[in-house]
Amino acid sequence: MSKVLIIGSGGAGLVSALSAHEAGAEVIVASKTLPTRSQTSMAQGGMNAALDCDDSVEAHIADTLKSSAGLGDESQIAFMCSKAPEAVRWCNRIGLPFSRNESGEIARRKLGGASAPRACYAQDYTGLKLLHTLYDQCLKAGVEFKNGRFLLNLITDREANRVLGATFLVIETGEVEEMRADAVIMATGGYGNLYGKHSTNSVQASGDGLAAAVRAGARLADMEFIQFHPTALKGSSILISESARGAGGYLLNANQERFTDELAPRDVVARAIHDEMAKGGIVYLDIRHLGEEFIERELPQERKLAQIYEGIDPVHELIPIKPSAHYSMGGIEVDAQCMSAVKGLFAVGECANHRTHGANRLGGNSLLELVVFGRECGRNASEYGEKYPAPLLENLQYAKDLNFVRGVMYFTNQIDFYQKQQMLANIFYNNVGLVRDDMGLKAVLGAIRQMQKELPFMGPRDKSKVCNTNLVEFIEFGNKIELAEIIVVSAISRVESRGAHYRIDAPVRNDTMFGAHTITWKEDGVLCADFIQ
Amino acid sequence: MTISIQRSHNNETQTYNVELENVTLLTVLNHIKTSLDPTLTYSHGCRSGVCGSCAVRVNGREQLMCEYKPSDGDEIEPIRNGRVIRDLVVDSSMVEQCNRAGLAWSEKTKEEGVSAKSMEQIETQSDCILCASCYSACPVYAANPNFMGPFTLTRVWRYVNDPRELNIESKMAAIQTNGIWDCTLCGACVPVCPQLIAPMQDIKMLRMKSGMLGYPDPTMSFGGGFDLGGWDF
Repeated sequence: MSKVLIIGSGGAGLVSALSAHEAGAEVIVASKTLPTRSQTSMAQGGMNAALDCDDSVEAHIADTLKSSAGLGDESQIAFMCSKAPEAVRWCNRIGLPFSRNESGEIARRKLGGASAPRACYAQDYTGLKLLHTLYDQCLKAGVEFKNGRFLLNLITDREANRVLGATFLVIETGEVEEMRADAVIMATGGYGNLYGKHSTNSVQASGDGLAAAVRAGARLADMEFIQFHPTALKGSSILISESARGAGGYLLNANQERFTDELAPRDVVARAIHDEMAKGGIVYLDIRHLGEEFIERELPQERKLAQIYEGIDPVHELIPIKPSAHYSMGGIEVDAQCMSAVKGLFAVGECANHRTHGANRLGGNSLLELVVFGRECGRNASEYGEKYPAPLLENLQYAKDLNFVRGVMYFTNQIDFYQKQQMLANIFYNNVGLVRDDMGLKAVLGAIRQMQKELPFMGPRDKSKVCNTNLVEFIEFGNKIELAEIIVVSAISRVESRGAHYRIDAPVRNDTMFGAHTITWKEDGVLCADFIQ
Repeated sequence: MTISIQRSHNNETQTYNVELENVTLLTVLNHIKTSLDPTLTYSHGCRSGVCGSCAVRVNGREQLMCEYKPSDGDEIEPIRNGRVIRDLVVDSSMVEQCNRAGLAWSEKTKEEGVSAKSMEQIETQSDCILCASCYSACPVYAANPNFMGPFTLTRVWRYVNDPRELNIESKMAAIQTNGIWDCTLCGACVPVCPQLIAPMQDIKMLRMKSGMLGYPDPTMSFGGGFDLGGWDF
C-alpha cells in the first residue's frame, strides 16, 4: 500500500484524497486550516459542463481554447471538457446539492466567454457546497486529517530528484514535524493574496506550496498570468460573482452609461473597467433591474456583502466596483499525469498549471479543473507510490527547518514586515496589475530585491511558541516575496500582450517570440527563466 | 472606539483603543494585530462570511467577525464549549468528531427523478459554513460533552431529507445516542446562526422521522403514566 501525503485541503486536495483512497493508498491530508475553511468555499459562479443538446463538448473546448490566448494546451483542454459531464454527475452522486431547473435537471447559467449556459451551480454557493460535500465524503472514507500544519519545505533526495515528504510547523505547539510519503500532492491554492487588499482571495492564498515546490527543484509555468476579476467591491475587494452579469447586470461609468460587453472574457472586461476608472474615477455594477425577488434568490451573498462592506443595497442602489486580483493561472508545471519536474511530487488545482486556462481562465472552469484533475492526480500519485516506494533516506531538511523556526525568533525586527507586505500589495496592484510596462515592473523588482535583503531585519515580534500567527504570517510573507520576484521577472521577460498579461509598451500579441510558456526554476538558489513550448 | 478582548496568556481582558469607524470587527482586529499588538491571536480567512473561521462572542452573543460592525465598549471573547488554544482561537476538532459520530454524509444516491422543489428543501441546511456558533451557544454541553450538537444534526437532516439519498437507516440509528434526544429544544442555536439555519427545527424533524421509523422516544419513557397504569391490572 502506498502512502500519499496531500498538502492543502481545498477542493483539489479533497478530490485527490478521495481518489487516492479509492485507488487503495493510505492518505494523509495536511493543511494549515480546517478543510472547510479553504478558499474553495468562496467560489460562487459554478462548474462548467456541456450537459445537453443545446451545448456541446466541442463548444466548451473552443471557448476555453479561445480564452486561453494561445497558452492553453488543446489536448489538456479537450480532456477536461470531455470529462466535465461525468465530473458534474460524480459531484451530484456524492451529494453536491446543485440548483435545479423546472424539469428537475441541474440548472446552468451563462458566464463570460461562454457560448452557452453551461455553469452548473448551487445558488451562489457552488464552491462552499462542493467543498463541504467533499469533506463529508472524506470523513466517510476515513481519510486522516492533520489540520493546523503550516508547510515549511518539501523533503527531497536532490541527487535522485525525488520527493520524500515534507516538513511542517505545527501551528498550535510551535514544533516542527516531518511527514514522509511515497508520493506528495501539492494542492495549496493560488498566490492572489500577494495583492493583499486588492485581491478577492482569502488571506491564506499566499502561495506557500508553489514557493516550497520551486525551492525543492520544481519548475513553475506562466507565473505572470494573474486574472483580475472585473467586479469586486471597491473598498474591500470582496467578490461580486460573475453570475450578476450573467443574469443581466450592467456596468456603468461615472456618467451612468454602459461602456462594454459585460459578458466578454474577464481580461477584456477588467481592462475596460480600468480605462473607465482612469477617465471618470468610478465604475458601478447595476443589478437593480433584476428585481428584489431574483436578487434574493440567486445572489443573496452579494446583497449581504454589499450592505456590510459598501453600505448600499443593490436592490435599490448602484454597486461601486473595481477589478481585483482573483485567480492564479500560473502554477507548478505538471505533465498530463499531474506530476511536476520533481519525481513523486504531484500538483493539482490552482497551485498547478495544467495548461487548461492558458493566459486567461473562463469562469466556471476552475471548479471543473480541480474535480477532473483531482480525480486523475489522486489515482496517479497512488499508483506512482505503489510502483516506486520512497526510500527511507536520512535527510537534513527537518534539522534545517527546526533551526530556521528557532532562529527566526532572533531576527532583529527593525523593519515592520506588515508595512512591507502592504507596500508589496500596493505596488503589485499598480505596476503588476491589469496594465504593465517595463519601467514599472523593474521598479517593483528593485523593491522586491530590497525586501529580500531586509528579511533578516524583519521577523515576528510575537515570541510565543503556542499558536503564533504572527510567525506564520511572517513565513507567508517570505513565500510571497519569493514568488513576487518570479512573477515580476516573468512579466518583464514577456514583452507582448496576451490574455491577463497586458503590456502598454508592447500592446500586441507576438506569437513568433512569445508563443510559449514562461518556465522558471532555481539553480542553487538562483532564479532562471526561459520560454519553452 | 474602545473594545476589550479576552486574552488567554493572563486570563484577563485587554482593552484596545482604535480610531476606526463603520468597519467590521475583523478589520479592527487586523488593524490591532498589524499596528498595535502582534501577539493578539484569532482565526480568519475569506472576509466574506463563507469560510466559517472567525466566529467569536461579542457581548455574550456569537458573531462572525467579518460580518459584525463593532461599537464602543464591545467585549470580545472566544466561542464556548471548545478548548481555547490561544486568545480567540478555539480547537476546531469538534467539527470532525461530531460529524463522524453522526455519519453526516451521503451514503448512496440515485441520480434521476428529483424535482427543483424537493432540492430546495435542503438548500438552507446545506448553506452551513461550520463556524460552530451554534455549538458555542448550546447549553447541553454543560451536561453532556459528547452531544453531537446542532451543526451535526442539521447536517444529518440535510442528508436524510435529500431526495437523492437512498440509505438513511445508518444515520437515523447513529443519532439516537448523544444525538436528537439530548437536545432540550431550548432554541439557543437558532438566532446565532449567521446563515439563518434553525438547527432546533432540524432536530425536531429528525425526531419525527425517528418516530416514523419506529424508534422509541426516550423523553417519554418514564414518568408518563402509561407504564404504571398497565402494571396494576
